[in-house]
This record gives sequence, C-alpha cells and structure tokens, in this order.
Amino acid sequence: MSNVQIITGNSAAAYGAKLAKVQVVSAYPITPSTSVTETIANWVERGELKAEYVRVESEHSVMTVCISASTVGARVFTSTSSHGLLYMHEQLHWAAGSRLPIVMCCINRGVGAPWSIFNDQQDSISQRDTGWIQIYCRDNQEILDSVIQAYRIAEEVYCPIMVCYDGFVLSHTMMPVDIPDADQVCQFLPPYKPHTILCPEDPRNINPVIFPWQRRDAEGVLRDGYMDMRWKLQHALEESRDVIVRTSRDYAELFGREHGGLLWSYRTDDAEVLIAGMGSIATEATTAADLLREQGIRAGVVGVRVYRPFPRAEVREAFRKAPAIVVFEKNISYGYEGALCADIKAALYGTGIDAPVHNFIAGLGGRDVKAGELADAVRSSLTAITAGKREQQTWLNCVTE
Amino acid sequence: MPEKLFKVNKEEYMLPGNRACSGCGLSLAYRYILKALRENTILTLPASCLTVLHGLYPITSVGIPCLNCTFASTAASASGIVAGLTAMNRSDITVVAIAGDGGTFDIGIQALSGAAERGTDFIFVCYDNEGYMNTGTQRSSATPAGALTTTTPVLTKQQQKKDMMKIMEGHDIPYLATCSPSFPIDLYDKFVKAKRIKGTRYVQIATPCPPGWVFPPRDTVKIGRLAVETGIVALYEIEDGKFRFTGRSKTLAEKGTRAPVINFVERQGRFKKMSMEQLDQFQRWVDNKWTEYLRRAEA
Repeated sequence: MSNVQIITGNSAAAYGAKLAKVQVVSAYPITPSTSVTETIANWVERGELKAEYVRVESEHSVMTVCISASTVGARVFTSTSSHGLLYMHEQLHWAAGSRLPIVMCCINRGVGAPWSIFNDQQDSISQRDTGWIQIYCRDNQEILDSVIQAYRIAEEVYCPIMVCYDGFVLSHTMMPVDIPDADQVCQFLPPYKPHTILCPEDPRNINPVIFPWQRRDAEGVLRDGYMDMRWKLQHALEESRDVIVRTSRDYAELFGREHGGLLWSYRTDDAEVLIAGMGSIATEATTAADLLREQGIRAGVVGVRVYRPFPRAEVREAFRKAPAIVVFEKNISYGYEGALCADIKAALYGTGIDAPVHNFIAGLGGRDVKAGELADAVRSSLTAITAGKREQQTWLNCVTE
Repeated sequence: MPEKLFKVNKEEYMLPGNRACSGCGLSLAYRYILKALRENTILTLPASCLTVLHGLYPITSVGIPCLNCTFASTAASASGIVAGLTAMNRSDITVVAIAGDGGTFDIGIQALSGAAERGTDFIFVCYDNEGYMNTGTQRSSATPAGALTTTTPVLTKQQQKKDMMKIMEGHDIPYLATCSPSFPIDLYDKFVKAKRIKGTRYVQIATPCPPGWVFPPRDTVKIGRLAVETGIVALYEIEDGKFRFTGRSKTLAEKGTRAPVINFVERQGRFKKMSMEQLDQFQRWVDNKWTEYLRRAEA
C-alpha cells in the first residue's frame, strides 16, 4: 500500500535517513539544509527514531563525529550546505581516506564572498576530488530513494556518499513523495555490518603515519604504502559504478521506482541536439526539450545523476549519435569552464564522437532559470553551431560587459 | 612512595621501542597514563608528537586501540566515538582524547569547548610541551614569555602562557587536574580517579621537551621537578569545583618554600635571550597564580 505525502525535499531526506535506521546523527545548522536535521532531532527526542544525536559546534566537528562513530561501527548521517560543506573539506578527505560508508546530504547553495543563501552547485562541485561518490537528485522522491540506496552502495564499496540536491528549488518545495514501507526498506537495507571496527577486543592504530612505500608488519606481511591505498580508493570508486546501477535496479524491483543508475535520458532517440545537466536544472531541461520539439527542434536531455564516479561509458553511449551537445550547469571551474562540460568533453575524447559542445553557466547564486530561457539558449547555440562555432561558453542571463 | 608504587598496574601498554625523542617527557607520562586507563579504553589523537610515538603503519608501539584524527578535531573525534559506542550499546569503554598544547590551547580549542559544554563522557588529556614541538619548536599560546622558538627566533615570545585550566574550568566540568611525569604516582592516581568519574574530565600534563626546551635528555625528570619546585607548574585537582593541591605542590604550599623561577629558567637554552625584565615578569606571573591557588585551597 502506498503512502504518498506532500513534503519538501528536506523532509524527504530526513525520511530517507529514518528509514535507513541511522544510529548516529550529527548536525550544525546552515541554510537551506537545516530542516533536515531539525526534523530528525524531533523524531529522536520523541523516541520515533533510536539514534544518538550530537549537536556539535561546527561542521568540521559534524564530519569528525560521523567519521569516529562510523569507525566504531555505527551507521551515521548528516546534512549540510555551502560554507558548511567547505568547512568540512579536510574531513571529507579524511572520511574517504578512512573508507567509511558515511552518507551526507548536500543541499546545494552558492558560496561566498559575497554571501548568497540561494542555490547553485559550486559547493559540492568544489568537493569533487575528495573521494566521495556524488549523486545529484532531480526531485524529492529521488532524494528519499537515493538516501536509502546510498547506504547500501556505501556499505558495499566502503566509500562515503554525498546525496546532492538543489537548495530551495527542491529542499523547500513540496511535492508528492511515496514513503516506502519500513519493513520493505529493512529487507532492502539490512543493518550495517562493518568488516572492521575499532574496539578494545582487537586493538589497532587506525590511520597512523604511513610511508610512501610498502612495509612489513610484525608478522612479516607486506602492507600497503600511501599510494597503494590511494589507488584502492580510486579503484573502489571506479568499481562502484556497477554497484550503483545494480542497487538502483534492485530498488526498482522492490519499490517500483527507477531514477536511472548513473544517468538518465529523456526523448533522446531521434534528437538533433542533446541537453546535459545535473539536478533540478536537468529536470527543467526536459520541459525545455518539450518546448523545442513544439517548435520543430528535436531536443532530448541527458541527466547526469552520478557525477563521481563519472559515468564515462554511459556518457559516450548517450552522446554517440548526438549532432550537437549543450551543457547547462550551476557551477564554474574558474579560469576554464563548467565542470560537467569539461568532463563530458574529456569522456568523448578519442571516441570519434565529434559533436560541437556548448556550455551555459546558469543560475549561479539562485538566479532564476526558466524552461523557456533554456529553450532560447539551445536555439541560439544551434544557430551558432550552424555558423561553424563548435565551442562556446555563455553565462545565461548575466551581465558580461 | 615505595608501597604506592606496588599498587601501580604491572601491565605495560607501551611496547619496547618507540619513535619518541630520547628523554621525551610525554613518553614517561604516557606509560603511566595507559597503566591507569587499562585495556577497556579507546584513544583518539591528532597529528602530534604522540602520533610519532605511536609508530608508522603497519607497526605500532602502543597496545591500546587508537583512532588518529585531524589536528582541529580531537575532542569532536572523541564525541563521535562516544556516540558510536552508545549507539552500539557499549558502555564499558573509557574514551580518551590526547593532544599537545597546540592541539588543545590553539587549533583544538573550539572542538574541545564544544565537547566539554555538551558534557561528553570522556577524558581530554593535554600534554603541554609549550610549543609546536613535532614540527620543530614553533610558538604556541602555551609557550611561556621569554622563550625562543623558531617563530620567535630573535625577540623571544612576548606574551605570557594562556591559562587553559581556567578556560576549561569555565565549562563547569566535574574533574580537572594538572600533573607532571616527574611525579608519576600523582599522575597515575589522577588518571585512576578520572577514569571513575562520568562526564568531561580534563587533565593537563607539563611534559618537558629536551630538543624544544634545549636541555640534555638526561635532565628531563630534573627539569620537570624544577617546574614544580618553582611553582611554574602547580600540581592540583579541581573536583566538582573544589580546588585541592596534590603531591609536592601541596607540601610547597604548606611550607611556603617555592624556589625562584630562575632555577628552572637557567637550565634551558630556550630562555637564553630572556631579559631581566621578562624574568621578573615571569616570577610575578607565577607569584600571582600561587596567590590565587592558595586562596582557593584555603576556601
């Protein structure tokens, strides 16, 4: 029996954590993420969720609590945004380096200076190289489902996962969400059974100083050096693609919902132009594609759901027949281009796919992005492409003089 | 003293051979700390001299489970261990965070203050060697005025040491203590007591550092003693707000026979550029602290 409620993205994230039966939650307030952990605090204090709730004094400590609690074997959860995520930066590396299955929601928000509380994806994109898996959600249902899926993926591959979704656009917007049955979630996600925990019965010195080279332990067994461990993290992320796809499929079998494993597509089969994006801007792009088709332009959308590990093979397959590619994204790698655009182009290199790729930087700091504007932008790109312009970076709705 | 020594736990948790400098005051203290804490303990520590002592992967010189954490996060790391153990229904384990003065007075103070305010059930140990010794003797807020460090290489440090005990006492925690590796039984007893108490406990250890303070490694115990004899380090504990001198400092307080600070200063190369004015100020700083301790001890 379905239990559909009209809830915000932040409520959906909190329900995901509750259904995953998280055991330790640590939190520090920051807009627009705050109501995720407020909701959980309410459940914990009312006895509706049995979890330790640690109200720390900074985001740096939030992630530290997650790391340490996970090390002694607990399933942990937190959420943050923007400067909170940036303040955690050191601990994000530490969490991934420790190979802990921490799940965190990042409610995407612009970063200062100057202050902006509004949405873009600069915060999580700038944490791209910390060794975390990053999932970008396009609606509130996907947020809830992705949090539950994230625990199963993380606990299989021993990598932390950031479930990212757009601040206010999703976090504070109410949508119908089907809340899964708790027993069914238990069936999908059994309790966390770590391969190693820190305890007095098995004393270990976890994360000490390590040499560049391999070294023998007291029993004479050759153990990894620093670089060998880094390769294992890279390998784990590369291998996690299959786990992500399989988990998404298993989830669909039980709950009847599939959000796409690594990426999803919309009306791409006969498309003369493919629009790419992540998160809610990709959802907006599906409306733009419909508009364009009404105007006689066969547009389709490729939504990148998992940004790290980057879906290299799937991107190649998705764009194999694309005559033109337009990438919309809410981030900028200063001095170059949008991070997604750069990665898509890199994935296509050497494959013989020779489509022109245009990049639109859009919606930074919450600037409105309407479907009609995306459609106009795609049309202008197609005109430029016809005129021979293969590459182009445009800041949408932005004063650029 | 001898019969008290027999009461000390015979088990050794610091294994033979570690990477601490010769004459390290911390390693003397650490042996007794671990004896007092015993097996059912989990340690967490940031990048510091103690990380070096614990050894390089995959070999460790310490037989107690330990989680290394980043520099600013020691007390938060302990909070996470406590929360995780509670969630896992393990209430039999003592959680202990250990950091140097840099990791306590400076970069670790925010997380420590947060954990203490929350009443986190753990012991925070600061081994105070009065500077960033692991990185080669830079100034910290625990460095005394008049000391040379590599970041105060010409003029010496101009400010007096931060009173971290007072800051921690401001958190209304149930137990605070100071100790010295030169008085191991006093140190041992305080850790045995700290382990029994619930809530946040803070213990600060004055650990002499031969390379950082510039004295011969054979003099570590002597320098530690002089710190206490001169009153620069006072041995005391504060239990539920009640101040009490302990050990040698109790005797000094009763007899009123503190030695002048020059006895401590003259034996260390770090004070070789200390001016007469700085020396006078140092003596006055110690005298003022003692006036306050004596007032509290009598109250």
